[in-house]
Amino acid sequence: MARIIVDDVHCKGCGLCVNACPKGVLALDSERITPKGYHPAKLVDPDGCIGCSSCFITCPDVAITVVK
Amino acid sequence: MANTVTLPDYQVERIGSQIAEGETIKSARPHALSDAIFNYCPGCTHGIVNRLVAEVIDELGIEGKTVGVAPVGCSVMCYDFFNCDMIEAAHGRAPAVATGVKRVHPENVVFAYQGDGDLASIGTAETVHAATRGEKITVIFINNAIYGMTGGQMAPTSLPNQVTQTSPYGRDVSKAGYPVRISEMLSTLDGVAYVERVTCDSRQHIIQAKKAIKKAFQNQIDGLGYSLVEVVATCPTNWGMTPLDAFQWLRDNMLPYYPLGVYKDVVADGYANAAEAALERAKDCPIAQQKKED
Amino acid sequence: MADNTQAAEERVLMKGNEVLAEAAMRAGCRFFFGYPITPQTELAAYMAKKLPLIGGTFLQAESEVAAINMVYGAGAAGGRVMTSSSSPGVSLKSEGASYMAGADVPGVIVNVMRGGPGLGGIQPSQSDYFQATRALGHGDYFMPVLAPSTVQEMADLIYEAFDLADTYRTPTMILADGMIGQMMEPVTLPPERDLDSLPAKPWATAGHKGQRAHNVVNSLYLSPEKLEDTNRERFERYEEIKATQQRQELMMCDDAEIVVVAFGAASRIARTAVRDARAKGIKAGLLRPITLWPFPTKAIDQVIENGAKKFLSVELNMGQMVEDVRLAANGRASVDFYGRTGGVLPTPEEVLAQIEALAEDRPVAPSAGAKAVASVLPQPIDRKSSYERGE
Repeated sequence: MARIIVDDVHCKGCGLCVNACPKGVLALDSERITPKGYHPAKLVDPDGCIGCSSCFITCPDVAITVVK
Repeated sequence: MANTVTLPDYQVERIGSQIAEGETIKSARPHALSDAIFNYCPGCTHGIVNRLVAEVIDELGIEGKTVGVAPVGCSVMCYDFFNCDMIEAAHGRAPAVATGVKRVHPENVVFAYQGDGDLASIGTAETVHAATRGEKITVIFINNAIYGMTGGQMAPTSLPNQVTQTSPYGRDVSKAGYPVRISEMLSTLDGVAYVERVTCDSRQHIIQAKKAIKKAFQNQIDGLGYSLVEVVATCPTNWGMTPLDAFQWLRDNMLPYYPLGVYKDVVADGYANAAEAALERAKDCPIAQQKKED
Repeated sequence: MADNTQAAEERVLMKGNEVLAEAAMRAGCRFFFGYPITPQTELAAYMAKKLPLIGGTFLQAESEVAAINMVYGAGAAGGRVMTSSSSPGVSLKSEGASYMAGADVPGVIVNVMRGGPGLGGIQPSQSDYFQATRALGHGDYFMPVLAPSTVQEMADLIYEAFDLADTYRTPTMILADGMIGQMMEPVTLPPERDLDSLPAKPWATAGHKGQRAHNVVNSLYLSPEKLEDTNRERFERYEEIKATQQRQELMMCDDAEIVVVAFGAASRIARTAVRDARAKGIKAGLLRPITLWPFPTKAIDQVIENGAKKFLSVELNMGQMVEDVRLAANGRASVDFYGRTGGVLPTPEEVLAQIEALAEDRPVAPSAGAKAVASVLPQPIDRKSSYERGE
């Protein structure tokens, strides 16, 4: 089972990963604010991630680590 | 090259502690990137290209002999983002600075990372001449049709009728002239080994962009001549759009004006390098055919 | 000058500009980036011919701007590097010089001055004194400026300039003029530097090879405090340069009451005038700055202590170095100026006339043009040949 880990240090909550996810399992986490003041990306449906790295590839801040 | 993906040192604790036993890393920050937070706006595509360059450096195993030259513009601070040796150049002079480095250390891999104002306006002369000299450097050119750092002025590559701070009624080509199409222009020069225009609006395009960047680095390692990759990019902030709308605007307006594709590739054309292609092009010119004695 | 161990001295007759090139190569310079401009082109041509033969790189850049930025890159990468130009071209180098200063990158810049402003002329001049000594480009900085007055000094000073540049991590300028650049004189060339003896540059961007943290050569500091600290550190280096590197030649200054201050080509003319003044019983002396920055203020102090009452700054411009003389004298002696400009050289007689005026407490000609010269000369000289006079 795949998942992503978002590095709050780098994520700026731009949402490009949310749009890039072919499974639609990512969202910006409105519950949390990073030290820089952004809502970071989050995997909302842990069972839906297929580990395709589309989010990683489109992330402009290289904030995502994909593990499987 | 098959790589086992590992975290860079600075993420081992921060991110590594969240990885369970039995999980393997599929994608992670490249080691050639430092932990510095990009100074780019949220959704800015500079960061994607920075990552691609860093991944290429990792994959080619050349961080220790790579010297990067940073421009003036939004990516001015990329000397902090890469872990290889870096030099900060004056506005537009990165190709000249890169030339100086490469002439002192031909064994090094030298790249310049430049935006459109830097490369296609104030540094046009340096760009054209480094290219025509066949300087064995790699240039990454970010074309987002605007001056980002200074707050959204007209760039040499701003599109006709594009509204910017200094073309508030839209770029009037009768007064401000036409955009410079760098890839097309440089492809006519004999010293150039490889020019490709790519973009970064989708997974597929980003993967293609990385292939092009890797090739541009490999060409330098192989001594083929000057290589440039033009990345058609967005500037959501100064275009006044969301990152996603900016991608759509890029597809609607930028790509028809700046078509993607390979503009020159001497190897694909059947030559060993730029010099051989140049010799063939000038085959009817006797003096150009004279052999240099070593 | 560095060690002179070479057994057999090579004494050759060479042109000033070519000597600059030859001595630079002997100092270990292996990289030259330049752009053609009169009257320094022989230097570049000599480099183009000789550098490739010793494994060096000569590159004719597309512009002076590109050339100095190549120097910046090559210097950052640890190379011994130089560029040369003449006045209008040096203006274009101001950008790169400022970046070199701001990023502490060593390199040597040669200016074989011609008349200005604008295109000016192509005859010898010293009108870039301000540009050279008040810092060539924008920002808070200085750089060492060495002014040769003979072809021999062209060799000696450029040889030294590379070491100064490396030691203090600064651009360093040779400020010559078209006269010394174009003249031929016998010269003893300095020995070949052993390249392995050149200073190590652990800060250079030559690839970290996995053995150190990455080096960054940079002049950008977005934090005001950091920029101030960086500038303060650089100015501490400048203080050290001022304390240890002032250089000058003093001639007949032990008892001089009137001291002529002149550098480069002007000093050659002033030297004759001072000798002529002595022959007339006037206690005149010559102070010839060799370093224009740092200006030899200690020598000014010394000649004032020795009894100098009056200074006369003689320059090939409208009066630039005279300001440094005035600052150094600081009210302790009178300071006057005499100069010709536009490529016109004063005659020793003209300068002598000024020294005589000072000796007799008459006013000197402020800055003589051709008309004024005629009025101050004791006996106007008809320089026409007998052929021209139709005799």
